[in-house]
Amino acid sequence: MSEWRLYEVFVRSKHGLNHKHVGSVHASDNEMAMENARDLYTRRSEGVSIWVVPSDTITASASDEKEVLFDPSEDKIYRHASFYELPDEVGHM
Amino acid sequence: MYAQLVETGSKRLKTKEEMSPQEREFQEKVDAEIKIEAKNWMPEGYRKTLVRQISQHAHSEVVGMLPEGNWVTRAPTLKRKLQLMAKIQDEAGHGLYLYSAMETLGADRDEEIEKLHQGKAKYSSIFNYPTLNWADMGAVGWLVDGAAIVNQVVLQRTSYGPYSRAMVRICKEESFHQRQGYQILLDLMREGTDEQKAMVQDAINRLWWPSLMMFGPHDDESPNSQQSLAWKIKRKGNDELRQMFIDQTVPQLEFLGCTAPDPDLKWNEETGHYDFGEINWQEFYDVLKGNGPCNRERINTRKKAIDEGRWVREAAVAYAKKQKQRTQAA
Repeated sequence: MSEWRLYEVFVRSKHGLNHKHVGSVHASDNEMAMENARDLYTRRSEGVSIWVVPSDTITASASDEKEVLFDPSEDKIYRHASFYELPDEVGHM
Repeated sequence: MYAQLVETGSKRLKTKEEMSPQEREFQEKVDAEIKIEAKNWMPEGYRKTLVRQISQHAHSEVVGMLPEGNWVTRAPTLKRKLQLMAKIQDEAGHGLYLYSAMETLGADRDEEIEKLHQGKAKYSSIFNYPTLNWADMGAVGWLVDGAAIVNQVVLQRTSYGPYSRAMVRICKEESFHQRQGYQILLDLMREGTDEQKAMVQDAINRLWWPSLMMFGPHDDESPNSQQSLAWKIKRKGNDELRQMFIDQTVPQLEFLGCTAPDPDLKWNEETGHYDFGEINWQEFYDVLKGNGPCNRERINTRKKAIDEGRWVREAAVAYAKKQKQRTQAA
């Protein structure tokens, strides 16, 4: 099975929602990946649509990049609506 | 438990002072209930213990299909046959979720399966007992899956993210297994002949003790328990889980109108728990070492499945290569 490719599986649980990562499968080609994902991750009508993506084509951020990538947004609280106080008289905005 | 006697490689816990800065940071994260993910730094012992435990757990799911597969063609009705097949398919699925979780730790699925076939990797002792009559299908679902659920519900909180998420998914599916088992027994006890009722009691007599053994040895005889608990790979001790299982199972046993093969089993008003007799640990270690009634048969069946399916896997790879060449040529 080592020569079978690893695929990541994403399932849309119902219309209107995003595809969400649910796990992975091994398969010899894309078609088999789809069939295996169907059998493995949607045995109880968990989804209406599946994506299978070869794992080695995914570019992921490394855990030691966490600060570089995500810290800059920590001190930008003015990006949140709650930063701006409105007088009660203005009502809901 | 589906994983028994998982080696952690440590004889005693390190103190905070003995840990390297990385180890200390890791332990603090675990203590704060922050999940460890595949790309995070982890002590080598933690990684190895997880690979051992998750692979053992996965092997148990896969070998666990065999005692039931035996009854697919013998199920008494089409309904029972469909239910049994659905349960077996779930177990294949659970094995796959777990192998996937194990692979995030850098372990190779084929290598770990090879270790199982060479007798180097363990699987739960329970699957080395034969399933002799139809009531065994009921007792396996009720007792064996019941014991597995007690353990797995707690493992949903295990410290390693991919393992924890696999457990969440498995727990969601597993309660159907236990209920279908109990229903088989209920139907036999309510509507069955005397002979069928005797079959139920016989199944319980044979599977009761092996089910209790699933939780593993006493904690004080299990040097690995302490390390696994500190790393929060395990969340509760073997004895505590076993007691939980007994406390919830005995009332169900009484409702069936059956008895356990344990003269010491009785309610203790003071402790609020059931007292029970001592497990035959010699039998437990013998079965774990490979000398149970079905150890050889189980492994031979697994090997045969791998060998006889080889041409299918090879054909799939050959087909994929050919298709790729064709699209590249076009």
